[in-house]
Amino acid sequence: MANQKTIAETGNVLVAQAMRQCKPDVMAAYPITPQTTIVEEFAKYVAQGRCHTEYVTVESEHSAMSACVGASAAGARVMTATCSQGLALMWEELYIAAGMRLPIVMANANRALSAPINIHCDHSDAMGARDAGWIMLFAETAQEAYDNTIMSVRIAEHSDVLLPVMTCLDGFITTHSVDRADIFDDDTVAEFVGEYVPAYALLDTDNPSSHGNFSGLGGPYFEFKKQQRLAIDASMAVIKSVGAEFSELSGRPFDVVEGWGMEDAEVVIVVIGSSAGNVRHVARGLRAQGIKAGVLKIRVFRPFPAAEVAAALVGVKAIAVMDRSESFGAEGGPLYLEVRSALYDSSERLPVVDYIYGLGGSDVRLELIERVYSDLADIASGSMAPFGMTYLGTR
Amino acid sequence: MASLKDLTHNPDRLAGGHRLCSGCGASIAVRQILLAAGETPLVAGCATGCLEVSTSIYPYSSWRVPFIHNAFENSAATISGVEAAFKGMQRAGKIPADKKVKFVAFGGDGGTYDIGLQSLSGAMERGHDMVYVCYDNGAYMNTGIQRSSATPLGAWATTSEVGKAQQGKIQRRKDLTSIIADHNIPYVAQASVSHWRDLTTKAEKAFAVDGPAFLNVLAPCPRGWRTLPNKSIEHAKSAVQTGFWPLFEVEDGVWRQTVKVPTRKPIEEFIRPQGRFKHLFAPGNEALLESIQVEIDRYWDYIMDRCATK
Repeated sequence: MANQKTIAETGNVLVAQAMRQCKPDVMAAYPITPQTTIVEEFAKYVAQGRCHTEYVTVESEHSAMSACVGASAAGARVMTATCSQGLALMWEELYIAAGMRLPIVMANANRALSAPINIHCDHSDAMGARDAGWIMLFAETAQEAYDNTIMSVRIAEHSDVLLPVMTCLDGFITTHSVDRADIFDDDTVAEFVGEYVPAYALLDTDNPSSHGNFSGLGGPYFEFKKQQRLAIDASMAVIKSVGAEFSELSGRPFDVVEGWGMEDAEVVIVVIGSSAGNVRHVARGLRAQGIKAGVLKIRVFRPFPAAEVAAALVGVKAIAVMDRSESFGAEGGPLYLEVRSALYDSSERLPVVDYIYGLGGSDVRLELIERVYSDLADIASGSMAPFGMTYLGTR
Repeated sequence: MASLKDLTHNPDRLAGGHRLCSGCGASIAVRQILLAAGETPLVAGCATGCLEVSTSIYPYSSWRVPFIHNAFENSAATISGVEAAFKGMQRAGKIPADKKVKFVAFGGDGGTYDIGLQSLSGAMERGHDMVYVCYDNGAYMNTGIQRSSATPLGAWATTSEVGKAQQGKIQRRKDLTSIIADHNIPYVAQASVSHWRDLTTKAEKAFAVDGPAFLNVLAPCPRGWRTLPNKSIEHAKSAVQTGFWPLFEVEDGVWRQTVKVPTRKPIEEFIRPQGRFKHLFAPGNEALLESIQVEIDRYWDYIMDRCATK
């Protein structure tokens, strides 16, 4: 285990610290609430001469990701940060970054999407990008946001992967709250992430290569997409191995899904992000009352750990998925759809219900979580029928 | 200023055999500009459009230099990222401190005047050491001749049609060169493929400055202009002689006309041979034709005024 220093900082400052410690050659970013303190903090490091990074203060998020694509294809280690409308404005470029197999690392400070305009947390932004070909990690805490950022560099740049990684942390809740975290010294991180050695770089001017070529005239577009699928599938093993290595270095556990009380749980909430802490707190209270409550936190959403989710839920009596985003017109939120699909091949037909919660920063009060567990107990006992999807805590 | 002989010794960095139409002004502009860059290592970027789809059909590439295509509206932002990577990696010692690389972004008028204007403006304002080249053929030619903000007043295009109620494009052209000049960057110029010496000299200057430079190059399109492929250079020349396309440069804020036009010809000489303007010569359109001359005169006076020695 490496030496670490315990500090109290906001999630955003910790993400900016992690980024600086990973020594990006280029940071191209545009400010948007609640991501701003990442780009502001990074601007200080640049002004203080604490990094060699070329900081490109672009005029929009579309140009932020466009510049990241150019810089990454040039051979640089590249980072950015955004959220919400900014991520939505990047939409076209997200697909291009993944399709060109560029290992860009981006922090996303999860925030609701307009309309109506709202600056607070939900996962609509990231979930809207879930099919763009990016690996997606979610942090529960500022510590996890720091850890995920460092791991992302290794995952993205791995030769079996070469895909961009989005590291998500909950807007305001995680980005702006001061939290306790253990951080490494710069050398430890530099050694862990190593140097990026691109196979084909624009700046290797002696060996000119063409990037982003046209593949529309019966060209192998279809085959490129299959390679992308193989790469994101292969990334699961890389994520686990990088996670294990990081875990050894940090002394903190890492898994693609992280269970609490899952050994004998009967009623389980599946959740992503900062709400996992509150859910665990409620589950702990229920355990004291003899209720076998469990929590399954999803730390990696893309690639979706379907096998791990299904395995963790064996023997459970009722499952609630908590979705902090919508998939309007679908049977439920994005996480619900994934979890239900993951369970399809299970031998038992488990009741799974979906709670859409916390949209636009709507409070996730403990009594709401208690209500979910209470519903689950009723479903498990047969006194309540599984109802599909519902909204939790609307006025 | 390089002589024609000097230029012929420079490497031809856009290979022949690409799929652009014969008589296309874009490839002529690219070849002349890359010749002017000499042998210095160079990275080229290109917006989605005719030039891109015709020169980078996988697994082939016409580019003998490192090349990147990203999307339609972001050629400038993309190359600004490549240039930033060069700076960052050089600072980190990953690239030798004495290595020099030039960066050039190409885009058509659709990708530059319209959808890419924000990306271009941002890149110019940030001061990247790059050259942006717009090859202006006056419409979205790649998607089938739809009007852009560079399409001339009165021109037919597939989204500025000719019929009982409308006679081609209703609006006048956007003056992009002046817009970029007003970003107060080190070098801006308007050039034409018909005037190779003027164009290559401007390209040399654009590559030489430390910071952003912008070239707006008139590049005829036989398909869209409804002209013959072997007449492209003549049409481009006529654009200069009629004042449709004045040749000038703005060097550190100083405007200068680079090719004098002693006797400016009537605009009719430029537009009459082009099929995209043929409806203007139908009976009843005399006033419209006249208004086009008025607009050309206004634009000419504006540019000449800015070029006047102060």
